Amino acid sequence: MIVVVDYGMGNVGSIANMLRKVGADAQISSKTQDIEKADKLILPGVGAFDAAMERISTSGLRAALDRRVLADKVPVLGICLGMQLLTERSEEGERPGLAWIAARTVAFRGRIEPRLKSPHMGWNLVTPHTPSALTAGFDSIEEPRFYFVHSYYIECQDSTAAILRTTYGVTYDSAVQQGNVYGVQFHPEKSHHYGMRLLENFAKL
Amino acid sequence: MLRVRVIPCLLLRQGSLVKTVRFRKPAYIGDPINTVRIFNELEVDELAFLDVAASVEDQDPDLGVLRQIADECFMPLSYGGGIRDVATADRILQIGFEKVIVNSASFENPQLIADLARRFGSQAVVVSIDVKRTLLGGYKVASRSATSVQPQGPVQWAREVERLGAGEILLTSVDREGTWQGFDVPLTARVTDAVNVPVIAHGGAGSIEHMREVVRDGGASAVALGSLVVYQNKGMGVLVNFPDKPTLTRALNAT
Repeated sequence: MIVVVDYGMGNVGSIANMLRKVGADAQISSKTQDIEKADKLILPGVGAFDAAMERISTSGLRAALDRRVLADKVPVLGICLGMQLLTERSEEGERPGLAWIAARTVAFRGRIEPRLKSPHMGWNLVTPHTPSALTAGFDSIEEPRFYFVHSYYIECQDSTAAILRTTYGVTYDSAVQQGNVYGVQFHPEKSHHYGMRLLENFAKL
Repeated sequence: MLRVRVIPCLLLRQGSLVKTVRFRKPAYIGDPINTVRIFNELEVDELAFLDVAASVEDQDPDLGVLRQIADECFMPLSYGGGIRDVATADRILQIGFEKVIVNSASFENPQLIADLARRFGSQAVVVSIDVKRTLLGGYKVASRSATSVQPQGPVQWAREVERLGAGEILLTSVDREGTWQGFDVPLTARVTDAVNVPVIAHGGAGSIEHMREVVRDGGASAVALGSLVVYQNKGMGVLVNFPDKPTLTRALNAT
């Protein structure tokens, strides 16, 4: 069972819809007992970094999430802001992140030409970097592309953690893997068959 | 590089899909769910839905139809029509839409834009600006499906909604809508020069060349299509379709 963690800041309905479409057994939940039983976790997220970290700590889910991910090594996929939460800190906020991967979250503004708009919003290409089970089969897709909406992106300390890279003013890590922790900056649930392929891969891990 | 988005903009009226000309004469196109299934198969970039009757007739959004749409579509979705408060927007976003579009209510209560942006983030807030040409060749902002005219000009209003927190502007030329005559490029250029948020040009698309013009000369970040994607051709019957993608990519992303 994949549990889509509902901490009040994410498009959980769309993610569950696509998981159903690819035939995965999924559940939306905000309960500790479901997280305890999950085979895999998805951490969605739309909105501001500090607000999301605050919701995670006040929801009472933090301890269970840390235990399942860090001790039990359950595969977890962070999506969009959910990916940024996996890092140690973000230029968007003051609160520390979950720090499940050695990375930080930084702003586009100041790092890209002023004529480029921020947020980076729309469909963009991804280039496979370090091979990963999450991106299995991407080499045979002509121009794999995904839907992005974000003003911040992540920088991994170890460049081999990058599994997909994308260029928007800068070339950055648009999908990462460090052990059992996976993150994607784009929205697979809104990216047609490209997203289905990725979520199907995650379901099969 | 980021691709220019090409967005079918579909009009809802009492649960059906319709198409208007200059905001009038709604013609029946078909069932919205069947139509979005086709656009999902065609893997279009994004879909926008506007309920053209909701504001004028003081109706709430038809959440049942929106839920069915969200269940069928694996692409970004936006909805506008009759959104007057944060709670209604919240329900629409919960269903699985990414963005809400506000227009009429933002004149009565500009604070709504700020409230929506604070609660959901600017990326979820699209402000729709309908613009009419005046007899003297100037521009005026219209509301309530272009049945009322507002005192502000489009540039002034666009700056104001950006300041309030709009993440995107859907800029519609009332005079071009449904005409196949091409976008109002000068209008689009004025607005894109004045704001930093992405502007979606809407109203008048009749060919890929029109799209290219408004992106290259008007500075549009995205284009919205109406008649072009629901009719076989001007004056012809209903045919849900989408321009050939490689041709679009070449035309729009080379500029």
